[in-house]
Amino acid sequence: MRIPVSALIGITMTSVFVLSAVFAPWIAPYPIDAAVGGVWEGPSSRFWLGTDTIGRDILSRLIYGGSVTIFVALVSSLLSFSMGAFFGFLAATRGGWVDTGLSRLVDLMMAVPSLIVALVVLSVLPLNLTVLILVMGVLDSTRVFRLSRAVAVDIAVMDYVEAAKLRGERQGWIIFREILPNALTPLVAEFGLRFIFAVLFISTLSFLGLGIQPPLSDWGGMVRENKDGLVYGKAAAMMPALAIAVLAISVNLVADWILSRTSSLKGGRGG
Amino acid sequence: MGDLLEIRNLRIEATSYPPGEPPRHVVLVDDVSVSLEKGRVLGLIGESGAGKSTIGLAAMAYGRGGVRLTGGQVLLNGRDIRTASATGLRALRGKEVTYVAQSAAAAFNPAKRLMEQVIETSLLHNAMTRPEAEARAVELFAKLGLPNPESFGRRYPHQVSGGQLQRAMTAMALCPWPDLVVFDEPTTALDVTTQIDVLAAIKEAIHDTGVAAIYITHDLAVVAQVADDIMVLRGGKTVEYGPTDQIINAPAQAYTQALVSVRSIDHTEKSPAAPVLRAEGITARYRGTNFDVLKNVTVDVAAGQTLAIVGESGSGKSTLARVITGLLPASAGRITFAGRTLSPDLAARSKDDLREVQMIYQMADTAMNPRQTVGTIIGRPLEFYFGLKGEAKRVRVQALLDEIEMGKGFADRYPAELSGGQKQRVCIARALAAKPKLIICDEVTSALDPLVADGILKLLLNLQAQEGVAYLFITHDLATVRAIADKIAVMYRGEVVRYGQKSDVLAPPFDDYTDLLLSSVPEMKLGWLEGVLAHRRMESAGN
Repeated sequence: MRIPVSALIGITMTSVFVLSAVFAPWIAPYPIDAAVGGVWEGPSSRFWLGTDTIGRDILSRLIYGGSVTIFVALVSSLLSFSMGAFFGFLAATRGGWVDTGLSRLVDLMMAVPSLIVALVVLSVLPLNLTVLILVMGVLDSTRVFRLSRAVAVDIAVMDYVEAAKLRGERQGWIIFREILPNALTPLVAEFGLRFIFAVLFISTLSFLGLGIQPPLSDWGGMVRENKDGLVYGKAAAMMPALAIAVLAISVNLVADWILSRTSSLKGGRGG
Repeated sequence: MGDLLEIRNLRIEATSYPPGEPPRHVVLVDDVSVSLEKGRVLGLIGESGAGKSTIGLAAMAYGRGGVRLTGGQVLLNGRDIRTASATGLRALRGKEVTYVAQSAAAAFNPAKRLMEQVIETSLLHNAMTRPEAEARAVELFAKLGLPNPESFGRRYPHQVSGGQLQRAMTAMALCPWPDLVVFDEPTTALDVTTQIDVLAAIKEAIHDTGVAAIYITHDLAVVAQVADDIMVLRGGKTVEYGPTDQIINAPAQAYTQALVSVRSIDHTEKSPAAPVLRAEGITARYRGTNFDVLKNVTVDVAAGQTLAIVGESGSGKSTLARVITGLLPASAGRITFAGRTLSPDLAARSKDDLREVQMIYQMADTAMNPRQTVGTIIGRPLEFYFGLKGEAKRVRVQALLDEIEMGKGFADRYPAELSGGQKQRVCIARALAAKPKLIICDEVTSALDPLVADGILKLLLNLQAQEGVAYLFITHDLATVRAIADKIAVMYRGEVVRYGQKSDVLAPPFDDYTDLLLSSVPEMKLGWLEGVLAHRRMESAGN
């Protein structure tokens, strides 16, 4: 198996992000909220990426913030995938009013921009990680529903699914044993993309002040904290923004590679 | 050297990319030589993978994606076109050589009128002006027996039938006065009753226009009607090459002999017996339609015997299977099975009801989950119906594999690692695993090569003798019916038009539809097509 260079870069970068997030307390040179230097210091040997608006080390905060961003995005993506895929498969296999009902509900949810719904809901509900993850997961599950329903509709008309129905198999067997294994490849690739959108979404929310709350910090929040520095030519806000971009691109590269390598459903081929 | 087309020692190679494995080099066609004079027809015949389409396309120096013509010569009008440049080939294809594909429905652009598409190549090559091309097309439409040739071209592809579309494509190929036309299975996707018309039209058009043609098919009986010479191919190599008369009547090679004598299974019908399944007055329609697909259908299947349901596509034969299995609840009628009444709806049937009626599908490929091993596929009914687990299940799976004449080592394979015939055998084993009283076979041999299909039919007959299972055998192929049926029901537009023991149904006097159906099945002898057409003309003149 030959791994293309782009995928190799993607895998390496993604691993760096994930590992530094997991081992944040051991890797970060400084504590997350200690003011250890001057305000908006430039990169130096002490502070590799400089310091922020109140003199905290940006690299340390990036590492800690990354763990929050990645954790929230990952859990909410997992939630949206479990929900979206389950209901999508259910709609595809049941058809009839179950399908119509679920599909129209999803249409309704998608008709309103997710960000607006999230802003409204989050300004009403108490702001904590659980609520944030739930809101993001539910909103994102509509897109997963669309994809998994479309994939499963193609699979549900296969004779082997009909054979399972004729055998008298329960809904659970049909969804988890007949359809899921055959739908996994496009879903795995989509997971990478949805994960990126979750990263961007949580960053947006935090930037707007409705996401991660202090004392926790995340990349979106860091951009907000340091955005005033841009006016004075201080690059502090660029660091977390860059981290978001690099993570998005790395995960995308991996997802692309998975899709091209194994997807028989989308016409890819091995090589 | 007056040959129009001469292929010498042609070698065609390709690279295949099996997922997860290194690319592999395969030789598709090896050392094949043919020659074709003007006005003659060469038949290429062989099972799938024999390389017949590849050779047909090579006659226009074309290789499908990843396919390379690596050796030999393809001489058209004396020039070697294998090594010709892209520009040279463009000038040649669609003018000197044209192509008729198998699926006309997929080959036509649904958004353009037929006339536009039929004359397109002629105009592209500046071979004629638009009025000339249109006049030529109308003339061809008439020659091919299309209705209202003057206005036919104004229709869109969806407004004409499959047989008409196939003839329109033939017109497209003949329009630019080509020297050579390649017909790639032009009648395979058509019903037998339509096939005979298209076949006759193609044959006449070839004869009248004096073009040379390569006719590709897997059906020896069809090619025997149109070809002057036949080349039998297997695995990319020539098995036998000679005049049609010799190939059909005196085949020299064992493989050709097997092809000629295919479907000669000797099956004497069993005497009538008590029915295991009785469908009474079945009427059914699909949801959201106001049209009955089945109208008051009554048939029964005797225990341990075979009822064959025959008819062309759209006659409702597969719908009958769906009603019996409960996938499509009937709107009227009653199904009695083994002395009890079956609920019309699948969901309301007991586990035993489900177990005792099993189904085998036409496409074994899609009937098996590609992510499950053969062992899982056959083992699931054992586990589901009989609670077999572990070693007991494994032993039973192997016993079933032995029964379908597949040896050890297959239980761990995935469907993609099996041949077409093996796949269908695994589906049979899955049905048998449930110990059914009735198996519904929906066109189970239609997608298989003739020799493989023969093997499947023999296996089914053996299993019936051993296990006493009854078959409801749905097919459009009358040769298959002769080989396997005890009773026959002929269906036409949702109704049973003829029903009874095989010997009665296949003996005159016939009703009109059965007569048409029976006389449309190509027979393995020269001059059959002319005979049938002459007979029909006589009959219609008599009316």
